[in-house]
Amino acid sequence: MKKDQFVYVTYIRTTPEKLWKALIEPEFTRQFWANTAQESEWKPGASWRIKAPGDLVTDSGEVLEIEPPRRLVLKWRNEFRPELKEEGYSRLTYQLEKEGKSVKLTVIHEIDKEGSKFIQAVSTGWPHILASLKSLLETGESLEETREWPREACK
Amino acid sequence: MDVVFKALADSSRRKLLDELHKENGQTLSELCEQLEMTRQAVTKHLVLLEKASLIAVVWRGREKLHYLNPMPLHEIYERWIGKYERHRLQALSDLKRGLESSAGRIRRGGQTKTKQKTRRKEKWRTRDRRSLT
Repeated sequence: MKKDQFVYVTYIRTTPEKLWKALIEPEFTRQFWANTAQESEWKPGASWRIKAPGDLVTDSGEVLEIEPPRRLVLKWRNEFRPELKEEGYSRLTYQLEKEGKSVKLTVIHEIDKEGSKFIQAVSTGWPHILASLKSLLETGESLEETREWPREACK
Repeated sequence: MDVVFKALADSSRRKLLDELHKENGQTLSELCEQLEMTRQAVTKHLVLLEKASLIAVVWRGREKLHYLNPMPLHEIYERWIGKYERHRLQALSDLKRGLESSAGRIRRGGQTKTKQKTRRKEKWRTRDRRSLT
């Protein structure tokens, strides 16, 4: 089946354990991921959602695979932009591999559809979020422009 | 950052990035079909692009797929373009494009409509091919 995919690889000077925590725990995500928090029991089959300030559920889905601190696969659908929501579920994979003093983080976001507006939207969002995540873990400070939920509510 | 600029300083490697921009996630064989280069040369370029993190490799079963990795270009953008008045640069490049396309229309004044259409299509195709180089 044809699909649209977004792939991003970055090397971060940290440990897989710290990176894992930063990707899922609210105290970290709020700093680099537009003040959002993820909710889940973090086990296979558990529901999963992202909440922006004001209890707005921006994305939801479920945990498909979880293997801390190496691999996390989520079923993921946008919930607040109708034109993206109607494209249905996408699949997000985080892969963490230790390489020397760094961790290679691979992010794959894919959907079984061609010309996906959702993949187009996340393709502009992810580079900002992931650059900010790297900055947070390496310097203790995230990038300023990623700390707040954007007023026009786009990712 | 040096390794990224070095990797970009070669037209064959930029061509490979263009190909992946057109269709992301291609195998070595698929990339070879698009380019007039030996398989060995393409392999060599891909290794350099991967070292510079300009492309990412994902294994799908026994297939090795090549993807554009936006990370280094995003960094260049933030570091070298973002802060140097990108709005004004955008306005200038829009102006250039606008002027060039209207000049083209005037020059082709005497031609039939279909001819104009094909000419325009060809022009855009060449421009697309040049987009990253």
